[in-house]
Amino acid sequence: QADLQFSPGGYDPEEEITPEADATSYNNFYEFGTGKADPAAKSADFNPRPWSIMVDGLVNKPAEFDLDALMALGLEERIYRMRCVEAWSMVIPWIGVSLAGLLDRVEPLGSAKYVAFETIVRPDEMPGQRGLFQPLNWPYVEGLRLDEARHPLTILSMGMYGKTLPNQNGAPVRLVTPWKYGFKGIKSIVRITLTEDQPASTWNRLAPGEYGFYANVNPAVDHPRWSQATENRIGGGGFFGSNDRPTLPFNGYGDEVAGLYAGMDLKANF
Amino acid sequence: MPLPALPKRFHAASIWALYGLGLLPAVWTFYLGATGQLIGNPVKIFEHLLGEWALRFLILTLAISPLRDLAGINWLRYRRALGLLAFYYVAMHFLAYMVLDKRLALGVIVEDIYKRWFITIGMAAFVALVPLALTSNRWSIHRLGTGWGKLHRLIYPIAAAGALHFCLAVKVIGPEQLIYAGLVTLLLGWRLVRPRYMAWRRSRREIKTGFARTQAQAE
Repeated sequence: QADLQFSPGGYDPEEEITPEADATSYNNFYEFGTGKADPAAKSADFNPRPWSIMVDGLVNKPAEFDLDALMALGLEERIYRMRCVEAWSMVIPWIGVSLAGLLDRVEPLGSAKYVAFETIVRPDEMPGQRGLFQPLNWPYVEGLRLDEARHPLTILSMGMYGKTLPNQNGAPVRLVTPWKYGFKGIKSIVRITLTEDQPASTWNRLAPGEYGFYANVNPAVDHPRWSQATENRIGGGGFFGSNDRPTLPFNGYGDEVAGLYAGMDLKANF
Repeated sequence: MPLPALPKRFHAASIWALYGLGLLPAVWTFYLGATGQLIGNPVKIFEHLLGEWALRFLILTLAISPLRDLAGINWLRYRRALGLLAFYYVAMHFLAYMVLDKRLALGVIVEDIYKRWFITIGMAAFVALVPLALTSNRWSIHRLGTGWGKLHRLIYPIAAAGALHFCLAVKVIGPEQLIYAGLVTLLLGWRLVRPRYMAWRRSRREIKTGFARTQAQAE
């Protein structure tokens, strides 16, 4: 990974940052395998450079952005909590650009209501995408409402811990929406499309009763497999280094984002 | 091909060696976890390792009698150790969940068992294993007579529950879950086919010996 130049982004929960070794070795990235250690172990063949993202759909100026063009939008460091639907969490110093800044460049049409994202499909470089057993339908897809996508907290991350993203964390560019469960943070993005209708999202399509489109962190709505009331904060130091803590609504970003969902029943729209 | 038979004087020692080797993964991983050498989520890594070894020992326990039926290898002397190892791993799996993962928050544990199917099923399998472990000794075998065999047939639903627990615990069923579930299905399926297979083999043997007898008479 290369070092990155960035400015402070003004977000810091002032909680202990997860050790880099943990954040880069305990990952969900099914394109490289379903085990937590698979992404770090099996992503060495993946080439995140050169890269470009096509931004199209209901926009005035569809365009392709390469990494330099994306970084030119202004790299900032954002230290965010990250909460996985599996009831564990980390604190990660991301480096990225505001998604709103990118959307401004392509000038969304008035009819655009949603933003759809798509991950690359490269079976030759991604062992989870080849072979007899395919856990998910590729490409991995995700979506946000346009106002969620434009929210100041939403970034396209191109780095963490001062450097470019490691392959296992979604190199070269991934989505980060810190008030939502981690699976919304689609990795290795190749396409962003503005749409009028709510786009599909991979986990929601697989198990709609378990994973909603919104996937806002919500301690009051349990997942059938995990209580969401508490979370295990990953940290170094073995069996007793991590700690359990109560999960906060919107992962602690309620002041910033609760307004997006005013009047919505968050138990129905989970 | 016949395996070289282990001389009888080593039988007891080989069983103790199996206990020692069998417990090694748990001891070693506990050491790694306690000394901060498991990166990521050490508690889950340890918990899942214990669960997987429990399944492996359950499968090995179930494999002993088909191995004898089909390959003529008699490792019956290891079956108790394998079964008990499965029990020890299930018990450690539960303890790791209760103590390291849930930190003895009994309310949360009770809610888990009550609300989450995969935990309900896993818990039921653990409870069902207890009487089997308690009666895995010579005294109980004599004491219970034919009841012992009936009681120990509980191992079949327990193994099925263990495999199901593993499949339901993950977000998508992967090759690992399929392998374990497949092996358990095969081994349990064998129990259904076995009576017919044994009858067929017996009748074939009778035909052969009958044939030999008529031949001998003719000569």
